[in-house]
Amino acid sequence: MLELKNISFKVKDGDEDRQILDDVSIDFNPGELIVLTGPNGSGKSTLAEIIMGLKTPDHGQIILEKEDITKKSITERAKLGISYSFQQPVCFKGVTVKDLLEIANPEDQEFKTLKTVGLEKSEYLDREVNKTLSGGELKRIEIATVLAKNSKVMIFDEPEAGIDIWSLDNLIQVFQKLHDENKDKIIIIISHQKPIMDIADRIVILKKGKL
Amino acid sequence: MMDLDEIEKDLLKQVASIDGVPEGAYNFRVNGKSIGKNSTENIDVKSKTDKSGLDITIKENTKKDVVHIPVIISKSGHKETVYNDFYIGDGSEITIVAGCGIYNCGAKSTIHDGVHVFHVGKNCKVKYIEKHYGTGPSAGKILNPTTELYIDENSYVELELEQIAGVDSTNRLTKAKLNKNARINIIEKLLTHGRQVAKSNIEVDLNGENSTANIVSRSVARDISTQDFKLHITGKTTCRGHSECDAIITDDAKVMATPSLNAESLNAELIHEAAIGKIAGTEINKLMALGLTEKEAEAKIINGFLR
Repeated sequence: MLELKNISFKVKDGDEDRQILDDVSIDFNPGELIVLTGPNGSGKSTLAEIIMGLKTPDHGQIILEKEDITKKSITERAKLGISYSFQQPVCFKGVTVKDLLEIANPEDQEFKTLKTVGLEKSEYLDREVNKTLSGGELKRIEIATVLAKNSKVMIFDEPEAGIDIWSLDNLIQVFQKLHDENKDKIIIIISHQKPIMDIADRIVILKKGKL
Repeated sequence: MMDLDEIEKDLLKQVASIDGVPEGAYNFRVNGKSIGKNSTENIDVKSKTDKSGLDITIKENTKKDVVHIPVIISKSGHKETVYNDFYIGDGSEITIVAGCGIYNCGAKSTIHDGVHVFHVGKNCKVKYIEKHYGTGPSAGKILNPTTELYIDENSYVELELEQIAGVDSTNRLTKAKLNKNARINIIEKLLTHGRQVAKSNIEVDLNGENSTANIVSRSVARDISTQDFKLHITGKTTCRGHSECDAIITDDAKVMATPSLNAESLNAELIHEAAIGKIAGTEINKLMALGLTEKEAEAKIINGFLR
């Protein structure tokens, strides 16, 4: 189980503090597919980034399988079984698709998850992960790295962004299959899309930093 | 086989990716002397008589041959200037593997100045690979390569110029003049660390109609090392030139990039791009989110950048 207890997070906005997350507490259970939704700026991505360790909360605790991971680094959390598909895929110079997939899962030399997201190995494996790829391609590669990592907790931040309708249908099937075949995993999808909400076990709404 | 000690064998492997005597034409220069030389039916490797260096003549229509001319220096304080001239006959397809490795464990500087001049005939395809590497406990490992190219009609030349590590000071000059329909692709990769200093000056003259140049410089400067790049393209007629200078800096390193483009024709299309900066935090974060430590992530990004 992943437990968030009283998570608060604020940022400086000029001279004032702006509360992004306000005392958020929520549990995520193994075998659940949760869609986290809400208006723009409601704190969804911030919450995901706090779970991954990319941001540090001002208050609150993150408990993974009874272990307090609030002060653990990104790397430690990744090794404990949390993975995160960034909302904005990261571009590199010199790092290839193969590099990322090998880091995510050194044992999968077939790079199966590339095919899962509809990309051909022969065409993409040796390409640099940079802006010569389209936004949709980058997004699918980003998702493929998290699928390859195959963690206990998988967070996908707006996986539909930049993806065409055909690929979105395919992606929904991928999430559904992942959910059906992995009853021990927690799948959190941040999305505004109804077809994605339709496959959720639970929909959680964030509004102005509150549940 | 040549008599090389373990250090020299390692240097050879680093700069020429070979363990021993390669097939085909070669010259192995160790501590200022040729210790092995071979010509083939199509490639003549001859020592110069008036100064130190080689004349390498490649017959017309030589296909898919390779010439190795590595230089190894393990004697501290050794200083040399070597002149190698390449005469590449029309229609040839050739790969030339050069490179210099220095081991220095003494108090004096070890210096190799290599002057390579390429006369590339018509309709050729040439790949030139040059790697520089320094090792050993002492500083003063100095490599100053000059590479001049005269590229005739319809020929294509690719240069892979790489400074792997350990070179305390380098002053690099690369000059190319291209005739009609000639093309050049220059990829330069440099890593400096510690107090190392690197200067690189690349000048390309697009003299012939429809000649093209693509120059990509990628470098990483660490610690308190400094790098200074000057990339210059002159377009004298209908031609296309593109140069790109990307550098990653870490610690207190400094990099200066000075691009310049000189269009002397309305039909010259010249472009320059440059970017210098630290490794983006998002790149490190992404790799850490996949399980690497911060140091592993940084190494992965730098190795990939210079690959």
